[in-house]
Amino acid sequence: MQDTVNKLKPEPDYKVVGTRPIRPDGVDKVTGRARFGADYNLSGQLSGLVLRSPYPHAMIKSIDVSKALALPGVKAVVTRDDFADQGSEFVPAGEMLINYRDVVRNVMAREKALYEGHAVAAVAATSPAIAKAALKLILVDYQVLPHVLDVEEAMAPGAPLLHEGMITAGVEPAPNAASNIAKRVEFTLGDVAKGFAAADVIIERSFETKPVHQGYIEPHACLASVSEDGQADLWVTTQGHWVVRAHCARLLGMDISKLRVTATEIGGGFGGKTVVYLEPLALALSAKARRPVKMVMSREDVFRATGPTSGAKMRIKIGATRDGRITAGEGELKYLAGAFQGSPVGPGAMCAFAPYDLENVKVVGYDVVSNRPKVAAYRAPGGPISGYAVESVIDELARALKLDPLEFRLKNAAREGTKAAYGPKFGPVGLIETLQAAKSHPHWTAPLKTNQGRGIASGFWFNIGGETTVSLALNEDGTLILMAGTPDIGGLRASLCMMVAEELGLEMGRIRVSIADTQSLGYNFLTGGSRSTFSSGMAVVEASRSIMKQACDRAAKLWELPADAVEYVDGTVRPAGPNAGQHPPLSLKAIAAMAGKTGGPIIGSSSINAHGAAPSFGTHLVDVEIDPETGRTTIIRYTVIQDAGRAIHPAYVEGQYQGGAAQGVGWALNEEYIYGPDGKLQNAGFLDYRVPVASDLPMIDTVIVEVPNPRHPYGVRGVGETPIVPPMGAIANAIADATGLRFSSLPMSPPRVLAAIEAARVTGDKNLRLKFF
Amino acid sequence: MAKTHVAFHVNGDPVEVLCEPQSTLLDVLRDELELTGTKEGCSTGDCGACSVTVDGRLICSCLMLGVEAAGKSVGTIEGLSSQSAAGEVLHPLQQKFLEHHALQCGICTPGFLIASKALLDRNPDPSETEVRYWLAGNLCRCTGYDKIVRAVMDAAADLRKA
Amino acid sequence: MRYEAPETLEAAVALLVREAGEARVLAGGTDLLVQLKTDMLDPTLIVDLKRIDEMRKITSDAAGFCIGAAVSGAELKEHAGLTEAWPGVVEAANLIGSTQIQGRATLGGNLCNASPAADSVPALIAASARVSIFGPSGRRELAVEDVVLAPRRTALQNGEFVVSFQLPPKRKGTGDAYLRFIPRTEMDIAVVGAGVCLAIDAAGTCTAARVGLGAVAARPLLVAAAGQALVGSKLDTAALEHMVAAVRAACKPIDDKRGTIEFRIKVAGVIARRACERALERARA
Repeated sequence: MQDTVNKLKPEPDYKVVGTRPIRPDGVDKVTGRARFGADYNLSGQLSGLVLRSPYPHAMIKSIDVSKALALPGVKAVVTRDDFADQGSEFVPAGEMLINYRDVVRNVMAREKALYEGHAVAAVAATSPAIAKAALKLILVDYQVLPHVLDVEEAMAPGAPLLHEGMITAGVEPAPNAASNIAKRVEFTLGDVAKGFAAADVIIERSFETKPVHQGYIEPHACLASVSEDGQADLWVTTQGHWVVRAHCARLLGMDISKLRVTATEIGGGFGGKTVVYLEPLALALSAKARRPVKMVMSREDVFRATGPTSGAKMRIKIGATRDGRITAGEGELKYLAGAFQGSPVGPGAMCAFAPYDLENVKVVGYDVVSNRPKVAAYRAPGGPISGYAVESVIDELARALKLDPLEFRLKNAAREGTKAAYGPKFGPVGLIETLQAAKSHPHWTAPLKTNQGRGIASGFWFNIGGETTVSLALNEDGTLILMAGTPDIGGLRASLCMMVAEELGLEMGRIRVSIADTQSLGYNFLTGGSRSTFSSGMAVVEASRSIMKQACDRAAKLWELPADAVEYVDGTVRPAGPNAGQHPPLSLKAIAAMAGKTGGPIIGSSSINAHGAAPSFGTHLVDVEIDPETGRTTIIRYTVIQDAGRAIHPAYVEGQYQGGAAQGVGWALNEEYIYGPDGKLQNAGFLDYRVPVASDLPMIDTVIVEVPNPRHPYGVRGVGETPIVPPMGAIANAIADATGLRFSSLPMSPPRVLAAIEAARVTGDKNLRLKFF
Repeated sequence: MAKTHVAFHVNGDPVEVLCEPQSTLLDVLRDELELTGTKEGCSTGDCGACSVTVDGRLICSCLMLGVEAAGKSVGTIEGLSSQSAAGEVLHPLQQKFLEHHALQCGICTPGFLIASKALLDRNPDPSETEVRYWLAGNLCRCTGYDKIVRAVMDAAADLRKA
Repeated sequence: MRYEAPETLEAAVALLVREAGEARVLAGGTDLLVQLKTDMLDPTLIVDLKRIDEMRKITSDAAGFCIGAAVSGAELKEHAGLTEAWPGVVEAANLIGSTQIQGRATLGGNLCNASPAADSVPALIAASARVSIFGPSGRRELAVEDVVLAPRRTALQNGEFVVSFQLPPKRKGTGDAYLRFIPRTEMDIAVVGAGVCLAIDAAGTCTAARVGLGAVAARPLLVAAAGQALVGSKLDTAALEHMVAAVRAACKPIDDKRGTIEFRIKVAGVIARRACERALERARA
């Protein structure tokens, strides 16, 4: 099966793939019809709200819910007592792993509250106002404990311990004392000592990044209904409803078959909607109250209790010869995991040097817990953090060697056959093509004005495949129903229809596509890892080819020809070879009309574990202007160049490039979690968690490079995540170009930039190249 | 909690609701009138997903009490397209958002459309900078705004020709 | 919580005075509703002032402009006479939040919310605005700089509220401007704000100057020394430097999530100078 699916079409002579049709769900989304997580209601539903810990670290001595339960209108309260403990078991969540022992504790604090905003109890009542009043009647007896937020402070001996039994994994021999270091990882290639000995110039720098939130505009929301016989329905905004089903069934001790999960339209996820928060609580409340329970997070709760991605402290060392050949790269990465282990330090370490063809690499990473919300996947989890640090050092090294930073990258770029430090040898990859496209792009050579600077950075993401099921039903009038199971966050339904239309030689308008609920289709892993167009695309191609095969079989039966004497061409079935012309061709519509008589309904389906995902490399160019008196950075020009393998719907590929760049601009310049000394988050809202607004950005130019993935029928690589890897490095390099100063911590907010400029003026730093008016 | 009777117009049609005094216009639209096209992203006026017009003025419906709507005329996303003999006709802004692929997840789209219409009603020929500043109160986390700004500019150009 | 929308000043005062619990006035609601949502406030009565005619209109005569305290920022911007005479005040009001916020936010609310960072207040201070206050003892007036005493605290007595703002008429040779620093280009609370109003004579000599500052102390400031540094000068580099020094000397900011002490002091001078330059262009026009 896989062989036929993976065969690459020889020429891109496509009729549909590569065009820009209007998406099938478009009209619903511009008219307000589309229903997102908070848009579902059931009669008799209750409002569910969560009581959250006001302390970053506290023992929960007791919880008294009796007063809350006595309040008229309160129908159920749940606490830690309503969830059985779970053993240690790691399962995939996006590209990261989660442990059920931790998940049950994250959705509802057990022994301790481990961060401000940690759920401690949940209430279901007949109105939001009553639920809110009930929260105030729950008495929690906390014993406040010392907290720790900073990664190095958390690693230090004597730091407040979050988990008494946490022994660092990946260290031999195992340490005999508990610490906040969950895990050590190491990736080594060659011999870095030898590599650095061969270098003419070595640059070693330390970096810091702050936790940043995915910032989806739609807060988490769900509606749960559990009936008296234990059968349950859940409507939820999620990147993967089969994954939600698995987590909820596990935490609530339900049979998987009893729980039907429907993915609503999803208002952004970026990795943050791959795990469960409210869903088990809503189900537990509904089971107790015997009424549907709707729960919607406030924006404040989204910031305090979901996401973000790690902040980190890092040390990066790179050496090169005078002629510009990198001889060794070394990194030490310390990533904040939040309250439970599972930071993306592993992928961060694997990505760090991936854009370069190196003989000697060593990257060591630490996964560190602290009194912050547990991190969730965020677009290329881990990659942008280490990428920022490495791309900054690469740039500084190029300048130290008096080499053009683009040429320096070209000279050392990963290519087909490069062995990555994390193991595999790359197949055909497009990094060199993106660098060459950058070099010939007018942006690269456009003149700059006073106090402006230009930066370049490259980035990498693996992309994944995974378990995928689709079904494609041929209707009696020749139209088709496509059911996919990976939630559509950014145009997936359009891309899938396009591949079906391409395969079957039909107009896209004849295919209606839906994201099926968990009852209507076999298992699908979530939308994440840039896998949905790749994996569901692979499956719809297989399902389409099954339809074509069945259509041929039916015609063969009708014509009394052997099955292989009939072929499917451009939406019609006709006799082939020696029998060509013997019968007039039959359209798919005609085949559909006679399906009942020729053997029954025609349905193509595909259940695969999609292999062959291929990495995507990108290169970004950015121009900035610095206000030397205020430290403000303005992005004045931005160009994203990335290998898509093949762009099924180029507009949505561009959209991924532009959106990733915009998130990167926020990460680089203004976004950060700000805590007070009390361990409480001070900017839990869009007012002071400053995502880019429309007036902060210029148009974002894009160049789609296409180096097809040979293991996908249309050459698709994932495109969604790579775009957020290069921006921070590119912007840091542009600011360095404009100011002459290097910034080693994010965000490069105006107070930080101004302080550095002022310090350089005071000390007479010769590198400072800003012009003051 | 005593409820107040509030009568107003939504998209031209008269409506009456019983409204708790602390309920926002957004709550009333979504929960009482079941007009869920208007979205809730923050409840603090920082994201623009709940944008509506009140007597033609663009506002965040999360920052207005439902009781304040008495006697007013509210415009929501559900009223942006128009009905003709041939059925629903999309507003040029809706059509351009589709053609320019100016949405990915779509949660911010109703707010952007309402805000963009309020702009073009006042300024039929906005510059890119004017579009960007007018829409600065509408957050989009998916698109980087590029295709949204292009769609609004293109719709404005079409409307000027009409 | 109850909601009332009286149509006269007297009726509003009666409601406020009679309320046994906590009463709050509502104008644009862009701060009040956030405070209700986040449980910072839990009033028993909301008194909506927007149905009181005097609070909803802008009038002008030889004595200048009278702006109702419940007029929205968007309405200010659409008033041609006001925009021509006091562009700095109108700009400041229109920097408060987004277009959507400007559809609702009012000068009265921006002042009485008593935030040190309120955008319109430094501009109003620079413009010598006075406020008309109505309460149980009738009407009284205050200079705008005397209204806010500390964060979340005003000089208003129980049952009092601001009815309107008085601004002088447009005079030749005067110009005002307001600039602020924020990390993004829109949507942030001012990290530093500076309002400047200048008058120059035919020879280009500065005859009067007022400088208002926001977000650099516990309340918006009138920095008399900064204005004095400019009066009598030709607004040359040296005079501007004196003004900048006076501005920085007046700053007593805090470190918080929006900026550091050092940053605010430094940038207050920069922003005040740039606002001066813009006000001067307008005074010359």
